[in-house]
Amino acid sequence: MSKAFISVEGLTRRFPEPSGKAELTVFEDLWFGVEEGEFACVIGHSGCGKSTILNILAGLDAPTAGHIIAAGKHVQGPSLDRAVIFQGHALMPWLSALGNVELAVSSRHPGWSRAQIRAHAMKYLALVHLDGSELKKPAQLSGGMRQRVGIARALAIEPRMLLMDEPFSALDALTRGSLQDEVIAIRNATRQTVFMITHDVDEALLLADKILLMTNGPKAWVAEIVANTLPKERTRAELHKQPNYYPLRNHLIDFLVTRSRALALDPEARPSNRNPPVIRPTAAPPHAATSHHPQSAGQAPAPHLASARIAATQAAG
Amino acid sequence: MRIGLTLRAGLVSLLLFGLFVGAWHIGTAGTGPAVKMDPEYAKLMGATATQGKSAMPGPAEVGARIWQHLKDPFYDRGTNDKGLGIQLAYSIARVLAGYLIAVAVAIPIGFLIGMSPLMSRALDPFIQILKPISPLAWMPLALYTIRDSGISAIFVIFICSVWPMLINTAFGVASVRREWLNVAKTLEMSPGRTAWRVILPAAAPTILTGMRISIGIAWLVIVAAEMLVGGTGIGYFVWNEWNNLSITNVITAILFIGVVGMALDQLMARLQHMVAYAD
Repeated sequence: MSKAFISVEGLTRRFPEPSGKAELTVFEDLWFGVEEGEFACVIGHSGCGKSTILNILAGLDAPTAGHIIAAGKHVQGPSLDRAVIFQGHALMPWLSALGNVELAVSSRHPGWSRAQIRAHAMKYLALVHLDGSELKKPAQLSGGMRQRVGIARALAIEPRMLLMDEPFSALDALTRGSLQDEVIAIRNATRQTVFMITHDVDEALLLADKILLMTNGPKAWVAEIVANTLPKERTRAELHKQPNYYPLRNHLIDFLVTRSRALALDPEARPSNRNPPVIRPTAAPPHAATSHHPQSAGQAPAPHLASARIAATQAAG
Repeated sequence: MRIGLTLRAGLVSLLLFGLFVGAWHIGTAGTGPAVKMDPEYAKLMGATATQGKSAMPGPAEVGARIWQHLKDPFYDRGTNDKGLGIQLAYSIARVLAGYLIAVAVAIPIGFLIGMSPLMSRALDPFIQILKPISPLAWMPLALYTIRDSGISAIFVIFICSVWPMLINTAFGVASVRREWLNVAKTLEMSPGRTAWRVILPAAAPTILTGMRISIGIAWLVIVAAEMLVGGTGIGYFVWNEWNNLSITNVITAILFIGVVGMALDQLMARLQHMVAYAD
């Protein structure tokens, strides 16, 4: 059994309470993996520690216990191999769009000449359709364009994996849609491994190969992993016409609305099994949610996840 | 009738200036021969007694004197008779010397305080006690230890301009957005590169604000310092002319002090504008 590309092993994070000695456990003993080239989304309510997981993965925060192995290396700090797309674009306002990307490129390639850096940065700005606006400062760009610069900056360092922390949550629906299309196009071209946090169920269904559902915090855990049973090639326009769309969507909404809270309140709910069960909601009713369903053959999950039983979680739901 | 605000404000400024000069002229003009007196005696008494003229010079006299100084700003006729240009140059040179040393000290220490909560706490009591001390209170100590009045004046400028820059730099550095520092971290930027490429430009507007306050204070203090140390400089000039009872020269010098102060401030405003960024 080979290790996943990103392997989260026994991850625990506690924060000291501001008042006294008691510690707040955000999440405890998390185990899951993301394969190379896979697009994984985490969905959960605020406070379940989604962003903390991402920060630890980015190397900006350290776990209280457990560890993450990413691309064969123990995560012990930030790395150019793990690019982050921040929630608020986090662009340097004193630099132009080009300057922001160049700053990243010159960090990745300190030996490059100015011309090389510029050409490389321009290539990635063109990828997100910002050539022509490269000399504008972030304040002169729209919210969507700023986030495009953020994407270009992350991609320009050619990372092994991309970490996205609710990247489109601050954008209006139309802009969000066009950026999601952009992400789909880029991923189809690069097969980039992506770990993304979102609140948006449709966004997860559109972009992700698998969706990690987290219970409410504190002491949150990954209740289950939902494999996306929609066809690989999917577009925003066609998404809701897929037969598996509503079963999937209902499953996610149902989790967010009721189960995430119910599971958190029930101390017995958490299974002793460290690997979260994999669920495959499909339109075919009786055996819909089994990992042995023929429809799911194309979506080969991680080997150690494939054997996970789902009966327990179905009962819990 | 649509006239631009700038033009209207300019007109009002001009009107106010005219009113001021007019009032000044009337206030200082003579009332004509007040009492009949012996011409020899009148000569001894001067215009103040004989013409009812005020000891205060009028705008015309001051204007003529300003013109005279502008025509020949750099004459040097011995220790106590140098042109205003030379005196101002001495003062500006002292201010710049003290100020630049203060920049070299305050900005690195401000960076240290801004980046290290430990140093921030540790240095805070010193700063809190030293900051409110009038810079001139240092003068005797400076004269005693340095034994050079010129350098002592520079030291006083240094000590008065260091605090606003120090505090603003520390504040600017400490309030650099966490997300920008996180970007620097994920790009594996070295601490030096982060300081140069991220923290410095991010904090530059705040640092420049401190530098602008400092140059203003330095220019305020140099006049007082030069009155104490004497020899050269615009402050010494003012005090010397007071001893000469030349109120005309005193008023002229006051005006020039104002103009130079404004020029220094505008220079800093220009720099401030250069590093400003819209967020």
